[in-house]
Amino acid sequence: MKTRDLAYVALFAAIVAVLGQFPPVPVPGIPVPITAQTLGVMLAGSVLGARRGALALLLFLTVVALGVPLLASGAGGLGVFVGPTAGYLYSWPVAAFVIGWLTERFWRRYNLAWALVANLIGGIAVIYAIGIPFTSLYADIPLSASAVGALAFVPGDVVKAVAASVVAVAVRRAYPVIELPTRRATAG
Amino acid sequence: MRWGRPGAGAAGTAPPLPRTDVELREVTHAYGDRTVLTGVSLTLTESRIGVIGANGSGKSTFARLLNGLVVPTAGTVLVDGLDTRTQAREVRRRVGFVFQDPDAQIVHPTVAEDVAFGLTNQGVPAGEIARRVDEVLVAYGLDGHRDHPAHLLSGGQKQLLAIAGVLVMAPQRVVFDEPTTLLDLRNTRRVARVVDGLEQDVVVVTHHLELLAGFDRVLVFEDGRVAADGTPAETVPWYVARCG
Amino acid sequence: MLSLYRPGTSPVHRARAGLKLAGLAALGTGLFAVPRIEVVLAALAAVLATGLLLGRLPAGALWAQVRPVWLLLAGLFGFHLLVTDALTGTVAVLRLLALVLAAAVVTATTRVTELVAVVEWLLRPLEVVGVRPARVGLLVAMTLRFIPVVAERAARIREAQAARGASGVRLGLLVPLLVQVLQLAHTLGEALDARGADDVPVRRPRRA
Ligand SMILES: Nc1ncnc2c1ncn2[C@@H]1O[C@H](COP(=O)(O)OP(=O)(O)OP(=O)(O)O)[C@@H](O)[C@H]1O
Ligand SMILES: [Mg+2]
Repeated sequence: MKTRDLAYVALFAAIVAVLGQFPPVPVPGIPVPITAQTLGVMLAGSVLGARRGALALLLFLTVVALGVPLLASGAGGLGVFVGPTAGYLYSWPVAAFVIGWLTERFWRRYNLAWALVANLIGGIAVIYAIGIPFTSLYADIPLSASAVGALAFVPGDVVKAVAASVVAVAVRRAYPVIELPTRRATAG
Repeated sequence: MRWGRPGAGAAGTAPPLPRTDVELREVTHAYGDRTVLTGVSLTLTESRIGVIGANGSGKSTFARLLNGLVVPTAGTVLVDGLDTRTQAREVRRRVGFVFQDPDAQIVHPTVAEDVAFGLTNQGVPAGEIARRVDEVLVAYGLDGHRDHPAHLLSGGQKQLLAIAGVLVMAPQRVVFDEPTTLLDLRNTRRVARVVDGLEQDVVVVTHHLELLAGFDRVLVFEDGRVAADGTPAETVPWYVARCG
Repeated sequence: MLSLYRPGTSPVHRARAGLKLAGLAALGTGLFAVPRIEVVLAALAAVLATGLLLGRLPAGALWAQVRPVWLLLAGLFGFHLLVTDALTGTVAVLRLLALVLAAAVVTATTRVTELVAVVEWLLRPLEVVGVRPARVGLLVAMTLRFIPVVAERAARIREAQAARGASGVRLGLLVPLLVQVLQLAHTLGEALDARGADDVPVRRPRRA
């Protein structure tokens, strides 16, 4: 990993932390207010690609685990990693990786539609696929109950996937970071 | 006022710092298809060298070539005979680099930790790191802020911290890329005094022409070429006149 | 940046970080392997005794970490009352409470640097595939360093946009923020190089 990648990874971990401090936005018709933190998960994958995106989220979670309260809920420390919703946290690096992997596949023809595909699959399907069974196992409740509990968050997450896609497309135009191996390397 | 050389032991006992000369041979640099420096050949031996020129004329690219942060697409840059392309690590020990934005080069949350960073990378033993960090913090008036979070420092203090973090590594020449652009007048003068008092050779890229008064040599860049090269008295008025 | 560590000299503070983390992992495994009320109650009592008596932590230090999950735990208990039975619900909820409290004890009694050292130790087997464990400390430090920088840039962009009449358009904030941060990362990468952070061999010229 080049030193520039270290910088991208650390700065994106910082972005995810800062997004967690944004006040939650209540959206009409959506039961729970939207927090911006998982927007950071989607943006990490969409902007940095699979490897660096996943590492940024691993780093973020490491800093949380070390006892810095950076989660949107104001929580931190090891407690959140053994709590009933820990599965959602564990899913973040995987989600960023999947989003990044898909984004790299779509990179040449990347637009709002492809961005949405990547963010809906990685940012919603993957996160729920890990978070729901984890809660079910951990809290000793049926899978269906765990899934129903998660339903309240789906509309907010769809809004975030759209937002992340709009932002990712604009950032790609202004400052593309993902470099495909075949593209000519830029110096400097 | 002269600042003691950081890490050189008690003031006055240090041997004179070795000079570091930089030679550019027919250097051309392009970012992608965009050529920003064309056929630059120079030998830099003077102790105080200034670099001026319009925005986008290639000054920062030139500065980055001097310590291997950027390697030329054609031609060669030699630092004391070392090729920056193949011996970047050795080159960077000799040539330090201070950026315009201190926020981009302070990597640790607190002041003393950040100053120690470069020494840790060089594998300097812990005891010596502590001693050299102390010396540098005192020299730059930061010793009262040793455990302060870096982001609470003022802009001027941040730039001093950035400079301290580079000088603690005892480079022989220091390249400054617009070190005062983000600072107010008072901090600009403070940083200028620090640069002035350095025992090291320096290359200073700047838009603050008054900083160059006592310099040995000033290069004027224009569209990726050296358009003028001489003493400040020869080059600065010429540059000012060309700016209209 | 505020850490949840509470300085102290108790035996729990002085115990090795690796030992505490191993204990936490063992507790988690054990409680799920043996889901019995007496085991769970004993574990809860042991955790509280370790934290409050042996570790001399103020109750507030532990509560601070239970607070974010406590509503969830209450809801979970209610759910179990409806669907299963009180005993299953009690075991499920107290088990999670014991784990969260145990994690809180480790967090409150262990310095960040010690935890970083454990992470680096855990990563050591990965050295063979090119992972450099020593980088973890640097990355953690850089994250803590740049959180206030990113927050400040976000605030500045918001001000600039408000000055031009925008109000609370958060997407409009994100694009300039990300571009600024990516540019910052570019220079930061160079600064890391300039200060000797790259001990990897130099890149070869790609085009001669
Ligand atoms: N990493 C990069 N990738 C692509 N183009 C670049 C890069 N860095 C600089 N350039 C371009 O190269 C040209 C010269 O840039 P350089 O930064 O060297 O100019 P400068 O003289 O330092 O300008 P300023 O006074 O604005 O700092 C500019 O047109 C710039 O847009
Ligand atoms: Mg410049």
